[in-house]
Amino acid sequence: MSAVANGSAADRARAPRVVIVTGVSRFLGATIAARIAADPRVRKVVGVDRVDPPAELAPLLSDVAVRRVDLTGGASSLVKLGAEALVHLAVMSSPDPEGGGRAAMKDQNVIGTLQLLAACQQMPSLRRLVLRSSTAAYGVSFRDPAVFTEDTEPRDAPRGGYGRDILDIESYVRGFRRRRPDVTTTVLRFAPFIGPQADTALLKFLARPAVPTVLGRDPRLQFIHVDDALEILRRSVLEDHQGTFNVAGPGTLTLSQAVRRSGRIALPVLEPAMHAAASVGRGVAGLSLDQVDLFVHGRVVDTAKLVRHYGFTPRSTAEAFDDFVRAQEPGAVITPARVAATEQRLLDMIRAVRDKQGRAGR
Amino acid sequence: MSVPEYDDEFDERVAAGLAFVRRRLSGQYQIDEFGFDPELTEQVFQPVLRQLYHRWFRTEVIDVKNLPGEGGALVVGNHSGTVALDALMLSVACHDEHPAHRHLRLLGADFVFRMPFVSELARKSGATLACNPDVERLLLAEELVGVFPEGFKGVGKRFADRYKLQRFGRGGFVSAALRTGKPIVPVAIVGAEEIYPLLGNIKPLARLIGAPYFPVTPTFPWLGPLGLVPLPSKWLIRFGEPIDTTPYADAADDPAVVFNLADQVRETIQTMLHETLELRPDPFAP
Repeated sequence: MSAVANGSAADRARAPRVVIVTGVSRFLGATIAARIAADPRVRKVVGVDRVDPPAELAPLLSDVAVRRVDLTGGASSLVKLGAEALVHLAVMSSPDPEGGGRAAMKDQNVIGTLQLLAACQQMPSLRRLVLRSSTAAYGVSFRDPAVFTEDTEPRDAPRGGYGRDILDIESYVRGFRRRRPDVTTTVLRFAPFIGPQADTALLKFLARPAVPTVLGRDPRLQFIHVDDALEILRRSVLEDHQGTFNVAGPGTLTLSQAVRRSGRIALPVLEPAMHAAASVGRGVAGLSLDQVDLFVHGRVVDTAKLVRHYGFTPRSTAEAFDDFVRAQEPGAVITPARVAATEQRLLDMIRAVRDKQGRAGR
Repeated sequence: MSVPEYDDEFDERVAAGLAFVRRRLSGQYQIDEFGFDPELTEQVFQPVLRQLYHRWFRTEVIDVKNLPGEGGALVVGNHSGTVALDALMLSVACHDEHPAHRHLRLLGADFVFRMPFVSELARKSGATLACNPDVERLLLAEELVGVFPEGFKGVGKRFADRYKLQRFGRGGFVSAALRTGKPIVPVAIVGAEEIYPLLGNIKPLARLIGAPYFPVTPTFPWLGPLGLVPLPSKWLIRFGEPIDTTPYADAADDPAVVFNLADQVRETIQTMLHETLELRPDPFAP
């Protein structure tokens, strides 16, 4: 049956009937599972996570069959579901202090993906595999080009744990592609997510009133709006997009510009001090080596391939960041309105002084 | 009645200055994907460089009409002067002397991007790493790209070797021009050789601070910070006729063709240098 299902090109392009989504106990996984379940062509969506979804995500998952599976212990229970597509989102970008810290994060990212891909190899019905990767896959080096295209090879391994996990995950995917060339494998290299909620380590960091930066460095940053990331994920499951794609908002903001736009104050720190602060325990102020890498080198990717294949342009990095700024306004120290008011006051003051002088002169 | 006019101008300047400060403080400015900040470059960097260009080096430009008014082009120049001031003066020349006021996107060695502060100044002024992906990307975006193929061999050469072009490497810049089909504009810069006459190089000290060389000039390091003041030589910048690369478009991967074309560009610049030097018999002429 599976041989027939994998047959013609038209059949490959059709929407899958049974979809597995990993990582449904978090916002991204739960939301995409709900959106796919809402598509009439999809019969069944199975949501997988190692913990039960929190209560606030439960309403999203009403049409999703949630299963508790710890991928690090093997994913053989997923083989018999007859899944035609699998979306792997159970990849953590920062350690969860309550959930075992960095060791558990590495286990879930690397071993979890390894086990999941082993299970995928056993699924004859599988036609489509969508994986969450990151633009951290390009590593960090001073000899890097300014803009990464999908075929840029990393020169140096990153210092950050997430970056190193991503390199491992992508190497497993390369192996999977060789072994299952019949499966459309879509690797989405996401720029850091951004949206109204400051719910990632990086966004929590940027939402602080004073944002520590690396002295003498002003990295170029890129973000992808969560809503656009969800749309790309939805299309990756329902349509046929073979290959690796950069998913980021076009354009860039420097860190100093981002800090100013959000009305925060930059707090420049020497790089060795920043490095030390990130290495101590769980990192001072939630700082990680992934962020030190980003704050020294910055990261900008080319999104032409994504736009060409998907016919969809994510909102620009600047627009996506504005959405975050509007929601985080209460924490702002310097707001644009205050700056504009000060400018007006200064202008009025200068005019008043000059008027007085003018009158005195006459 | 001339007083109100003067007043208006003053008011406008104050208002423009404050508006500039407001835009900078609230982050409301645009940069491109390489980190180039045109507003900062035009309002802050170039006014400073312009003083050096006109008052200190009394720079004159010859045949600026050879610089294309639009479209991508690769500007190739000779490199000298211990500190890469020639690159900065060339960018002022391209912006100020050409009617199209083009920004020259310079290419720097990875050493530049390793250094804190310097790397960010370089990016904000439009420079990027000298690597083929970046060069091709800039050329395809119809930018003017400035490259000095001699690299450190050029800036770090001794005063005795002045105006002798060094090796051009393998000619990676040529293959970028071939692949994008953009013309190469050779440029001869006369004057930069005399700003810091390099007498020697303290290699162990260079290795210690991670620099490609540690210069010894008649004034540096003897006079301390005063030794950093460049000598006020007279500068001439001459643009040569653009070299069309489209006939070689298929040969971008042929190392022999690329090497020969690089050599041709080198010869052209060397000849231009000799001719231009004759126009300036006295290095410190007014």
